[in-house]
Amino acid sequence: MKKKSFFADRTTRRDFMTYAIVIICFIALSLLASNKVLGRAQIGLLVPVCCWIVAALGLNLCVGVLGELSLGHAGFMSVGCFTGITVSEAVSNAIPDPTLRLIMAVIIGAVFAGIVGFLVGIPVLRLKGDYLAIVTLAFGEIIKDIVNCLIIGVDEKGLHIIFNASGTKSASDLGLAEGGKTIIQGAQGAVGTTTISTFLGGFVLVMIALIIVLNFVKSRSGRAVMAIRDNRIAAEASGVNVTRYKMIAFTLSAAIAGAAGVLYGLNFSSIVATKFNFNTSILILVYVVLGGLGKMQGTLIAATVLYVLPELLRAFSDYRMLVYAIVLIIVMITTNNQQMKNLFLKIIPKRKNKEVQ
Amino acid sequence: MAYASEKYKQRTMVPYPSDAIVPEVDLGKTPALECRHLGIQFGGLKAVDDFNITVGKTEIAGLIGPNGAGKTTVFNLLTKVYQPTTGMIMVNGMDTAGKSTIQVNQMGVARTFQNIRLFNQLSVEDNVKIGLQNQMKYSTLEGILRLPRYWSQEKKMHERAMELLSIFDMQDKADWKADALPYGAQRRLEIVRALASNPKLLLLDEPAAGMNPNETRDLMETIGKIRDEFQIAILLIEHDMKLVMGICEGICVLNFGKVIAKGTPEDIQNNPEVIEAYLGKNEEG
Repeated sequence: MKKKSFFADRTTRRDFMTYAIVIICFIALSLLASNKVLGRAQIGLLVPVCCWIVAALGLNLCVGVLGELSLGHAGFMSVGCFTGITVSEAVSNAIPDPTLRLIMAVIIGAVFAGIVGFLVGIPVLRLKGDYLAIVTLAFGEIIKDIVNCLIIGVDEKGLHIIFNASGTKSASDLGLAEGGKTIIQGAQGAVGTTTISTFLGGFVLVMIALIIVLNFVKSRSGRAVMAIRDNRIAAEASGVNVTRYKMIAFTLSAAIAGAAGVLYGLNFSSIVATKFNFNTSILILVYVVLGGLGKMQGTLIAATVLYVLPELLRAFSDYRMLVYAIVLIIVMITTNNQQMKNLFLKIIPKRKNKEVQ
Repeated sequence: MAYASEKYKQRTMVPYPSDAIVPEVDLGKTPALECRHLGIQFGGLKAVDDFNITVGKTEIAGLIGPNGAGKTTVFNLLTKVYQPTTGMIMVNGMDTAGKSTIQVNQMGVARTFQNIRLFNQLSVEDNVKIGLQNQMKYSTLEGILRLPRYWSQEKKMHERAMELLSIFDMQDKADWKADALPYGAQRRLEIVRALASNPKLLLLDEPAAGMNPNETRDLMETIGKIRDEFQIAILLIEHDMKLVMGICEGICVLNFGKVIAKGTPEDIQNNPEVIEAYLGKNEEG
């Protein structure tokens, strides 16, 4: 009885379809990878794809569900990334198991990014629209510059952190004991990281992010957040605590982006802070906007296609970005186009009865 | 805000109830709403000045007046969209000085809007559930992890939402997106959403605007039914005199931010000042 009513709900059914498709894609890709159908270059794309999907899901929570344009989500990725690398390297002797270390790094990275998101959210969420976008952009750049100045090392006494604001200090100023190692070297970034991200880890993270976001949207809090997006004044008049729910959504969004950052950082042996600049924020935003605001399924597809496409087009080197631009334009024209929808409805007559009320 | 109440204390008090009228059944009960010397000033303009009203516990009261008289401003003051510059508002005997819109809603004031403000991208049912938000609670974490409390509270919310939607026979439209509803249904949904937050005082801002005579008649009946069933007070702004005179027990007429008349529908209809405000003064006479 309960189960029947549970699946009778159209959106719940769609959520479970999404989970099923993601799982099938993962299994198919793992099989292709293990059977050497995919080349090394393609296998190298699998983990970054997961990262960008997770980051885009996080941003979609902010832009699509909360309705506030954030241009600084790369900053939260950056916080997650370097926190994750630090955690992973610091405990590498204590916990040799890479899976356990990855889980630990992702959780701590996400929590740190969430805290930074919360702190950034306090001033930022007082603003609206364009102003909010500009301030998040600024915060993204500030985070990038702060990380750029950090020098972190570890020895048996624990973590050593110096803030290299003057630009004159180097890793030798850390005063590490014998056998200690530097993890992050300021502008040179994190070098010599053990890469522990796996496609399985990426897939699990995608699933977790997807479940969190889809469940959040359907919960009491998610509804409140969407109510604020649709009509702030009416939400207040209905007793919705606007500040609280905006903060919850923004923090959650930052934490998810942070988790994506951890996975990304631990996938490369070296990474610099300037990787997470304004362009990266825009890149994620492109996935979100072209996938459809507030539509997580669209985000999945857009992030995958739009990340993999330019990489596969590397063979055409010069024309690569040209093709990418054309694809973006085509996607923009065709998504949410009523004529295209009608065309689809003609091809799939079964959906006609349901969609047209 | 201690400042506001201190400022109020310095004022000379007038005897109360001065000229308040409430239905006989509500005598001796705490009124749902009492405003004393309520006023707001925007720059040099006194949008509402010395506004006094008493709405009985189960009274249907009307607030009428020509365009720009300050009726919606009164609603915005009652729901603290604007903080009043003078006077006080008591809801169920409790002072609302310094309270926010959200707190006032939790004290039992719900409203609808003149220009419909629904959550357009949400379904009809979810719109009502937003109103239920503060009665059936579970934390964000319980929602994400779908713990047992999520299921039980969501089930309760669903049942209550359907019950409320049935007031206007809208259960079958529960899955519709709010902006797909026809205009009249959107107005009705706003009333349902306001009712969902379990108010003691319901403020309706032009509920019959844009409705045809049949719909207006239905709406009149439903407003009466809502009052009887929920035992709440209703204060409504309306331009449709048939509706106002038909269901309101007490009427307050505003013009240029000031109350020009108060009383029963009969009193108001025969009040020369009201007639003048609506029709203009006879220059020759």
